[in-house]
Amino acid sequence: MIEKMKRYWSTARRPSKHFSLGFLTLGGFAMGLFFWGAFNTAMEFTNTEAFCTGCHEMRNNVYEELQYTIHFSNRSGVRAKCSDCHVPHEWTDKIARKMQASKEVWGKIFGTINTREKFLEKRLHLAQNEWTRLKANDSLECRNCHDFDYMDFTKQSQRASNQHSTSLASGDKTCIDCHKGIAHELPDMSGVPGWDDGSNASPH
Amino acid sequence: MNTLSMNFLPVMLVAALILANGSLADDEEQNIATLRGAPINVEVEPPKMADVENKDIKRARNYPMQPPTIPHKVRDYRVDLNSNKCLSCHSRKQTAQSQAPMISVTHYMDREGNFLADVSPRRYFCEQCHVVQTNAPALVESDFKDIDQLLREAQ
Repeated sequence: MIEKMKRYWSTARRPSKHFSLGFLTLGGFAMGLFFWGAFNTAMEFTNTEAFCTGCHEMRNNVYEELQYTIHFSNRSGVRAKCSDCHVPHEWTDKIARKMQASKEVWGKIFGTINTREKFLEKRLHLAQNEWTRLKANDSLECRNCHDFDYMDFTKQSQRASNQHSTSLASGDKTCIDCHKGIAHELPDMSGVPGWDDGSNASPH
Repeated sequence: MNTLSMNFLPVMLVAALILANGSLADDEEQNIATLRGAPINVEVEPPKMADVENKDIKRARNYPMQPPTIPHKVRDYRVDLNSNKCLSCHSRKQTAQSQAPMISVTHYMDREGNFLADVSPRRYFCEQCHVVQTNAPALVESDFKDIDQLLREAQ
């Protein structure tokens, strides 16, 4: 084994005998372009809605719930697809998220949420992952479209402009703090800060 | 006429008779009062969807016990076993932060009038009583008079 490695290493170190320098550099450049393009194309494919909803876990649960919300159906027809909110748009962050997603592939293979019941059981955990991520990056994926700098408070309802010009403007709160469950149904929210489900009342 | 339709002639005659009878019945139905406003075989264009008023301004109540109407949009506000979007602003605990009006103390009572630690389950589904208002024209005229007006008229 070691011998074999040594042989490959010495071959790799030896100058090329048959191929010209021009061929090797230009060829290397062309192949580099090709692989880079192919890599990015493949990665872009994993960002498409067709890919996300290719699994029934997504199609029959979260995708179905998305469809009646304002991020799917609205008067102007601008809509968000899965990756708009769930995958960072910057390249390095995107790669990091894609590597994290390998755990989701594991979950798919072993059927972690392959029934509705299993999904509902995990829903709080899954939602918390997303809330934590958005809280940590200051709701970056929201802000890709909803840019605070271009918000016209005079066009908002009084209630909205009050909230946005105080808590949001001061950086005290970020989008996800108030806007949970805007694109999907919510898990049991008892115990989640800011949510009040009346669960302390004795049943009558 | 080919032989196939000759064979079907009696059937067609019967069908024509039934159709003729049906149209007679249609004429009678024209006299029945209906909200539909068009014959049954005509597709009516539905009225335009009304917009929800979103002014955040409290409306006067027509009588003291009237559940106040909602002065803002509530699209996609979920009120179910898992969460209650209304309470996330209007419950006792949240009002300091949200500055929204707190739901009335009656919502913290059971039917015997005993106070509970939290919203009574029978008051949990907000939109059973509290509703948004739209800019749709009234379908029927209202001759409702509030108590002040009634008292004034009695004098």
